[in-house]
Amino acid sequence: MTSRAAIALLIAAFAASYALAQGSDDKRRSGYQDMGEALQKMQDDDSANPGMLFVQLGRQLWDKKAGSADKACADCHAIAVMKGVAARYPAIPQGADTPIDLEGRINLCRTEQQRGAPFPPEDQELLALEAWVAYQSRGEPIAPPDDPRLAPFRAQGEALFRLRRGQLDLSCAICHDDNAGKKLAGATIPQGHPNGYPVYRLEWQTLGSLKRRLRNCLFGIRAETPAWSAPDYVALELYLMQRARGLPIEVPAVRP
Amino acid sequence: MRGARFLAVLLGALGAATTAHAEPYVVVQDGIPKPIAAERGDPGRGRAIVANRSVGLCLLCHSGPIPEERFQGNLAPSLAGAGSRSSESQLRLRIVDAARINPDTIMPPYFRTDGLRNVAQPFVGKTILTAQQVEDVVAYLVTLKD
Repeated sequence: MTSRAAIALLIAAFAASYALAQGSDDKRRSGYQDMGEALQKMQDDDSANPGMLFVQLGRQLWDKKAGSADKACADCHAIAVMKGVAARYPAIPQGADTPIDLEGRINLCRTEQQRGAPFPPEDQELLALEAWVAYQSRGEPIAPPDDPRLAPFRAQGEALFRLRRGQLDLSCAICHDDNAGKKLAGATIPQGHPNGYPVYRLEWQTLGSLKRRLRNCLFGIRAETPAWSAPDYVALELYLMQRARGLPIEVPAVRP
Repeated sequence: MRGARFLAVLLGALGAATTAHAEPYVVVQDGIPKPIAAERGDPGRGRAIVANRSVGLCLLCHSGPIPEERFQGNLAPSLAGAGSRSSESQLRLRIVDAARINPDTIMPPYFRTDGLRNVAQPFVGKTILTAQQVEDVVAYLVTLKD
């Protein structure tokens, strides 16, 4: 398939899924729909989307042996099997009782299978691997698992979403539920869906995680940012994924 | 020795005075009729505070008659005409603690530190604006007649 045809297909796929989502009373919008045409084109064109550089790096890392076990991701997983994984995470890994996000899953493989040191937060290789895995789900609708064990964590995430906090005494819900679509200092407030992460954010000039994005908002309202390893982020992501159920994964998304 | 202890007590008292609650104020009906700072508010300084995105933060949510600031918000009513719609006393309470008027308001409490959760360390115990800045903003807003 030529890249032009691929782009056309992608645009058609997003357009179709958004049309479907908006055909009913569903008013949910991807951040993609709230950004300008130039940025939409940048995201849609793989040769212009800067996130694709990370996807390509992730593709290489996937095959690279690492850790004292000298194993590559590809030694255990066929990449095709990763299709749909990013659309259903966070999940509870086998033998555990608390959910982890996709980065947590990658780091678990890193330490337990490859016998290497875990990647630190926002590590470029970690983001690249995550982007390569999530890229396999591009266009797939978000489909959180029906695991009943996730319910309390998701409920905790919703509570966090609605909690007013910080010196400015704001909650996620105030902006992203109640005032989405309005202008905050001239910028449209998106609904805050997690369907593009890791995203290439122009403000960052690099790829970044949902955690980093959440921390940006907390910083903005002058609230404490929980430690990178805090369970709050996974709980919030669980709720956000439920809230975005059905929206297509756009990795690597571009956002302002 | 006694002198040192006295000094320590005095310093402790001073420390408490600077970290404790900002100046007290009295709410009467839906407003704060009396200024909360010693110095009279200055409308010019107030306008600069309103226009500053990291001090007043006002234009993130409100628009206002400040044409040089291009990117203004529309989450909240325009500040244009604020001085016609509200009295000085009402404006002062809205800035100090708008939740006293509407508990569900999204307007941040500009001069309240209690009842807040998870405040980032550098801002703990600090109000968004000082008492004097509140007075400056009030002095500016009362000039905004339609």
